[in-house]
Parts: sequence; structure tokens; C-alpha cells
Amino acid sequence: MEWQIYIWAFLVGGALAMLGQLILDFTNYSPGHVLSGFVVGGGILGGLGIYPRLIEFAGGGASMPISSFGNALVQGAISEAERNGVIGVMTGMFELTSTGITAAIVFAFFVALIFNPKG
Amino acid sequence: MARKIGKQTYQPENPPVIISTAAVVGPFEGQGPLQPYFDHIYTDMMAGERSFEAAEREMALNACWTCMNKAGKTPQEVDFFLAGDLLNQITTSAFSAVELAIPYLGIYGACSSSGEGLALATMLVDGGYANLVLAATSSHNATAERQYRYPTEYGSHRKPTTQWTVTGAGAALVAPGGTGDGPQITMFTVGKLVDLGIKDVQNVGAAMAPAAADTLVRHFADTGRSPGYYDLIVTGDLGKFGKDLTKKLAVSKGGFDLSDNYEDCGLILYDTEKQDVHAGASGCASSAVVVYGYLYRQLMEGQIRRLLMVPTGALHSPTSFQQGDNIPGIAHAISIEKP
Amino acid sequence: MARDPKKKKLTVDQKRYTELVRDTVPRPRYGKNALLAFFFGGLIALIGQGFIDFYRFTLDMDVKEAASPAVATMIFIAALLTGLGLFDKIARVAGAGVSVPVTGFANSLASAALEFKREGLVFGVGSKMFILAGSVITFGVVTAFVIGLIYAIFIF
Repeated sequence: MEWQIYIWAFLVGGALAMLGQLILDFTNYSPGHVLSGFVVGGGILGGLGIYPRLIEFAGGGASMPISSFGNALVQGAISEAERNGVIGVMTGMFELTSTGITAAIVFAFFVALIFNPKG
Repeated sequence: MARKIGKQTYQPENPPVIISTAAVVGPFEGQGPLQPYFDHIYTDMMAGERSFEAAEREMALNACWTCMNKAGKTPQEVDFFLAGDLLNQITTSAFSAVELAIPYLGIYGACSSSGEGLALATMLVDGGYANLVLAATSSHNATAERQYRYPTEYGSHRKPTTQWTVTGAGAALVAPGGTGDGPQITMFTVGKLVDLGIKDVQNVGAAMAPAAADTLVRHFADTGRSPGYYDLIVTGDLGKFGKDLTKKLAVSKGGFDLSDNYEDCGLILYDTEKQDVHAGASGCASSAVVVYGYLYRQLMEGQIRRLLMVPTGALHSPTSFQQGDNIPGIAHAISIEKP
Repeated sequence: MARDPKKKKLTVDQKRYTELVRDTVPRPRYGKNALLAFFFGGLIALIGQGFIDFYRFTLDMDVKEAASPAVATMIFIAALLTGLGLFDKIARVAGAGVSVPVTGFANSLASAALEFKREGLVFGVGSKMFILAGSVITFGVVTAFVIGLIYAIFIF
């Protein structure tokens, strides 16, 4: 196990979160705007081949922020596109993200069933 | 006949009397400095009901019944029920009206609804249309959050200007002048919408301050009174920064200095040091519970004799905000005096 | 007096008031917020990395494969904290530190589903679950589609 990756994970994960905070504080954009921007940014960096390299050396620091969701969607689309062209873009898109999306919807549903909002 | 004074102010011929009031609040408000002045403090945000909306209705009805019981009146004796709240289609008020079975005129002034109710009640009573009017308003932190902002368990970051919607309800019974020795509504100024370009829903204090200043300046200009005429001037829910802005605007627009006797209900209701409410309270109940609970008693006990109540409202909607519209504000001024 | 529909631009009064508000209203505590966000964002990254290594060894996956269950675990934790009423309390301090990572995504789904359960399973939980998270999904998918298309047509 490389301990180095933990240091980078902390720094990169922290930096991305801090970037989000600064945008929220300095502009009038809402959290929805900022997170959507992060996803698009992660997708573009994924398309340029930069994000996968970021994940390699920062590990959780790059795969935990929501930007990795954008990257994963792009990677899925590209890898199927290589095999099946334009149709592959659509069939492959959720390959890498289906775990996350499924988990999010399913857990949200059960939380809603079990708990009550406290106000 | 009532007299119109100046451009927006009216003086009833026979100033109606507020014969009784009631104020109920939620647990958080019950921890504040005004605790002894409320008729009921709920220990639970759900008030034992199945939803936050139902809880707000329960609080609104509690305030109405308590107010009527204190005056020894029954709903059948009330001519009009004027009520408003923050929810879509003011359902809290409408469903309260179902149970009370009083002829109902729903109003919407957002957080200025208490003032709108009193102004209209004065017109109905002094105009000879009614012998008894019940004016009520309510708000609830959770119902407001889930409609206007975010789900209550959402991890949103609040700014220093963000305010905390009050959970509570207030009601007042207005009767013709000469009914008992309660405080009288001697004048009222109906405000206009004022839009000075604020778009930030986390800063509604700044959106409403121009309206408060505008109505105050108009009130003093129309009546010829100065701020010093009143023992206390209160705005409804401008919060810390809205209050500062109002003072500055009062100076620049009307040359009035409000430093000595001006307070904001949103800052009196909570202990701003100990309770995390950021800029202060907001919501229809902010002005209602402070005036109907605390200041009404001050008037009855003679601690203050002349009160100018200026509830303020922000008349935007989540849709108008998302479409990029400004947040316009409104404020009404009600002069309440007990000689 | 006829109606004047052209009152659209900011008037002089509005501009002056905007300046007055800027002078009167306090700025957010930029430094404190940024540092807290950094700390919590980094912490979540550490915990996520911990789960990645955990799943690598226990489920015998490679680094890329282990990211999926690690993300799912973080989502579970965030959803649970939302249900327990703790997430919003943490977020008040951590700010973007918990909303930028996938924990924020999970919280937006869970808090919306939880809040609107009063409107029933279909109108409330089912539909309104995506009120806050929907834009993230929409923009992610559209971006990936466009980039995928570029790759499919021009590169492959």
C-alpha cells in the first residue's frame, strides 16, 4: 500500500472542495450550479485524458468529488464508442457510474421509508 | 367617515380597538427572550400532526381560538376572518377558515400579512361593515424551507444575511372604537411595492428595507408626525442588516433619524447571541408573535403608549426568483396607541 | 399616463442601493469557509481512499474496479447521516467540503426523498427525489454524450 496516495488524496480532495466553496462565496451561483459545473468540468477533463491520470496519483481525492462522475460517464461513453461508434456512446455511458447512481437512488428511497425529516 | 391623510395614510373616524390577541410559537422560539409572553409554546415542530403543513394549521387555529376565548367571543360572533401565510394558495389560512366557519377573506402579504390584516380590519370595522374582525397569520420554518428553499435535511450553507423563518402564529380581534380599553388603531399607511434590484433570496432583509423606509417616510410625511412621536417603531423581519439599511435609507430619503426608538421584531424574538439565526427572524409570524404576544402586553401595562408596527414582506416566488426576477418588498405602517 | 414597458434596466436608484447594500452587508468569512471546506473535502477523500484500498484487498479488485463499491459506501454513509438528521448539521460547518464530494449528491437525493414523503411515494419520494440532483445527472450525461460523439465521429 502506498502511503503517498493518501497525502495526495487529502490535498486534491481538499482543493476541489475548497474551489467549490470559493465559487459559492464569491459569486451568486447556487450549489446546484457549482456541482453541475464540476460534473461538466470532470467530463471535459476526462475527455482530454487528464482526469484518469488525476485519479491514478490522487486516488480518492479525485474519485470522491462529484467531478469524477462526469469523468466516469465520459470514459464509459468513449470506450463503447471505440467499438460501436455513435450507438456505443449511448450504450456505454452508464457502465462505470451505474453502481453509484443505483446506490444513491436505492439508499435515498429506503432512507425516506425509514426516517422522518426533523425540520 | 375615515379621513385620507396625505398620499397613503388613513385615519379612522372612530379608532377600532384590538380587544384581544394571541401568540403561539414553536420550540426554538420558546427558547428565546420572549418566552413568558406567548400563550402556548409547542415542544415539537410537528405539533403532534402528520406533516409540517398540518402542524402550521394546528398552530394557526390555536392562536385563533385562544384569541377569541380571551375576549369571550365565539366564531359565530365574528363577521370576517382575514388571514394569510407563506404557503402556496395560503392553504394554512384557508383550511383554518374551514374549521372556524367564519366568512373568510384570504390575504397575501408574505411577512407583511399581519399589517395587511390589521389595516383591512380597521377599514371593515370603522367603515361600518363589521363589528368584529379576526385577523391572523402564521408561518413555519419547515413548510417555508421545503417550499421556498431546500429540503430540511439538505446540507445547505447559510450566508451571514440568511434569516430563520419563525414557527408560530398570531391572531388579533378588532372591534369598533369604544369596545373596552384595549389599544386602538389610530392611523395606518398602506405601502407600495418597492423594487431596488435585489435578487438574492438569502438576503431578503435587503430586499425589504427599501419598502420599510419608503412606507415610514410616507407615514411621517402624511401624518406630520416625527419618529419621536412613537415610543417604539418596529419593523417585522428585516434582520440585522435590513435594519441597518432601513436606518440609512430613512436618513437619505426622508431625513429621519431612527436610532433612538427603532427595533426589528426579527431581532427581539431570538437571542441572537445564543440562538443560531444568522441575521435574525423572518416569516409572517415574526411580526405577529412579537406584537400580539409581547408588545400588546407592553401597551396594556402602560410600558409603551404609542407603537408604530411596520411589518415587511418580500413578494417573490421560487419561480420568479429562478427566472431571474428581482425581489420586490412591501411594508405597511400601523399606528397602535393606548392613551 | 400611458404604460411604460421599457423599465427594464437597473435605474440609478437601484445601482446606488446595490452599492449601499454591499457596504452594509458583511462578506462571508472567506478564509474560514475555504479552510473548513478544504479540511472536510480532504477528509472525505481520505476515507474514500481507505474504502478503495479496503475493497481492493477484501474483494480482490484492482484499483479501478474498487472505486465503484467505495463510492457506493460513501453514498450509503451520506444517505444514512441524512436520515439521522446529522448531515445538515455537519454541512453547516463543512460547507462545500461535504457537498462537492459524492456525499453531497447522496444527501441531495436522500433529503429530497425524505422531505417529500408526505406527498406520497409517487408524487413525493419518486418524483421529487431528483429536485436538487437532477441537474447534475442531466449535465453529466449531456456532456458525456457530446464528448463521446466527438470521439466517435472524429477520433475513432
